[in-house]
Amino acid sequence: MQGQFWIIQTLNSVAFGGLLFMLSSGFSLIFGLMRIPNLAHGGFFMLGAYLGYSLLIRGVNFWVAALLGGLAVGLLGVVIERFIIHPSNRILLAIGSFLDAVIFRPLGLRAFSGAWRGMIARFRGLAGNEQGQVLMTLGVSFIVADVCLLIWTGDPMTLPAPPALRRPLFIGGYSFPTYRLVVLGVALVAAACLYLLMERTRLGAMIRAGVDDREMARGCGIPVSRLFTIVFLLGATLAGIGGVLGGPILNAYPGLDTDMLPLALIVVILGGAGSLLGAFVGSFVVGFLYNFGIALVPDLAYFVLFLPMVLVLMFLPQGLFGRVQL
Amino acid sequence: MTLHRRKVLKGIAASGASLAVLKAPYVQAQAGPMKVGFLTIKTGPLASGGLQMEQGLTVFLKERNNMIAGRQVELHTADTAANPAQARTKTQELVERLNVSVIIGPLAAFEALAIDDYIRSSQTPILTVAGAEDMTQRKANPWLVRASATSAQPSHPVADYAAKELKLKRVATIADDFAFGHECVAGFQRVFEDNGGKVVQKLFSPLNAPDYGTYIAQFKPDLDGIFTGHAGANGLKFIKQLREYGSKVQILGGFTPVDESLLQQMGPEALGAITGNWYSAQLDFPINQKFVAAIQADYKVDPGVYAAETYVSGEVLEAAAKAVGGKIEDKPAFMKALKETNLATSLRGPMKFDEFGNVVGNLYIRKVEKKGDKYVNAVVKTYPNVSQFWTYKQDEFLKNPVYSRDFPPAKNLEN
Repeated sequence: MQGQFWIIQTLNSVAFGGLLFMLSSGFSLIFGLMRIPNLAHGGFFMLGAYLGYSLLIRGVNFWVAALLGGLAVGLLGVVIERFIIHPSNRILLAIGSFLDAVIFRPLGLRAFSGAWRGMIARFRGLAGNEQGQVLMTLGVSFIVADVCLLIWTGDPMTLPAPPALRRPLFIGGYSFPTYRLVVLGVALVAAACLYLLMERTRLGAMIRAGVDDREMARGCGIPVSRLFTIVFLLGATLAGIGGVLGGPILNAYPGLDTDMLPLALIVVILGGAGSLLGAFVGSFVVGFLYNFGIALVPDLAYFVLFLPMVLVLMFLPQGLFGRVQL
Repeated sequence: MTLHRRKVLKGIAASGASLAVLKAPYVQAQAGPMKVGFLTIKTGPLASGGLQMEQGLTVFLKERNNMIAGRQVELHTADTAANPAQARTKTQELVERLNVSVIIGPLAAFEALAIDDYIRSSQTPILTVAGAEDMTQRKANPWLVRASATSAQPSHPVADYAAKELKLKRVATIADDFAFGHECVAGFQRVFEDNGGKVVQKLFSPLNAPDYGTYIAQFKPDLDGIFTGHAGANGLKFIKQLREYGSKVQILGGFTPVDESLLQQMGPEALGAITGNWYSAQLDFPINQKFVAAIQADYKVDPGVYAAETYVSGEVLEAAAKAVGGKIEDKPAFMKALKETNLATSLRGPMKFDEFGNVVGNLYIRKVEKKGDKYVNAVVKTYPNVSQFWTYKQDEFLKNPVYSRDFPPAKNLEN
């Protein structure tokens, strides 16, 4: 019993940590660069799971489904970032002129047309209003949740794991789900790719510069607002892929978003916003805390994740590897 | 036509008078349609059950051309969003603004408890489907009947079946860590241990636990069975993960974990699971066969317990409305009729109510089997005439504290 307990719980912890990394690495990068927690991140994860389900039941290969689901969510992320959180005047002006040309002018609403153009030209949206941006992401998360409910109904859906990975693996006489170990493997690969991207490419250097000092980066000619879009694309895609990968373990169901979002928050608070290493370490710390905490002190099941979070906030508000003072 | 001031005043006075007449409950009877309120959940994580409740009621009314006891039914549906405060607001709106005479719902116990005092003070008959034990026991609400079951009512016979027929000795339990889960497990534990079994592990997982791996790894390897009281998506998640970890142990359960609405998603993982419920889509009564066919035709799914709950509530409402000649606005008489409802046949078989307004009727032991390419809850045994007190004496049952995390105390836990 004892041996089995430690082995299985350790495997559980790292496997769960891997899944958390998929969820929280993007969350952390967005948090670090844009200084706002993207509260729609749980929604992105859930949407990924649902999209994955729809692809899988149509016979799409599991890994292709994960990629497609992730990309679809990533594109949605871009749309949200570009149109809602940081609407660029150029895009709005284009939309505005289009509406102007097809609706207002033909109807002879000349005065209205002028007012409309003026309004758009002055439009600043939520630029610089970080509270507003956070609330906007919260609003997006509600919309995503209700649209999912509308499309996929409230019944929970199971994503079938690839057939070859469904049988449990026997390790020293103990059985452990093969699929979870594969998820861990994918997460490690994703972590390696992200590491290379962030540390070895020009884009990564720009993102790091933006995280460290946004204004200075702008001053040096780094197009920070374009980085926002790229990071949002990256983060949403990772969350979407995570959703599909997590699907066979967690299923897709209404409420998956709000179950996952707090975990991403805890990971980022522990690890520190904007740091890939922080997200990585944080994910596995949370994986271990969750699995061993609940098993060893079951009465503190609700507490076991939040106590460390409170302690970190009190004594190390930047998190373990934080690059940003929040 | 010119408008004279006096005429207008007269008109206002007259309409005021008619409003006053409408407010007098005993005079209004049979004027216009019968107003029925329906509290359900259409948004948020519990929406799955709420939507099924709506399906069940819709099929019920459709079968009757929207007529109950010779009167047209005016149904007012309100979405509580699984929020107790909103449940309370919506109830008040249904009663005071829309003037409903009777309410069906709400789904969740915490919603039912949130409106309990309002139901008492407004004296509105309510057909609830929430499970909370004490609503029909120590703190019985005189305006409430429950045609479904208490949380633990279906757990009792499963325990009896597991101990006597399956001859299981050592069982672990796991359920969501809230009142429904506690009550569901407590009922199982009491009857199972009174029949010689032992509950050797008792785990409760938070309602929003993302992953059960850590719980599954704690189960002892030499268990005879695992009883789960998980509800909604959690039942699906738990059973799938249990099998994922290679466990082949006998699964036992209350009435939620292998509900028909989840079963097709579970697939082979659920095969062989034994659960207790007052309903199964497999019941071969003509009423049920018709109901199942209607739900399948309209919604392409098998009805589960949530759809059945509102259908049965509808049947009770209809029987009571007929007994009072359609005058459901006479609340005391209608309430009395509701409690005296005694149906020889219904969706769930014969049923009546005890003095607290809780149902007494058949409970079914069901086993998950594969029928064609579909997974079903086949009925393997029927326990007739089961009350919420099981075989215990009512007075003694009520002297005990209500079922909870710690009652009955677990004496056989092993570490």
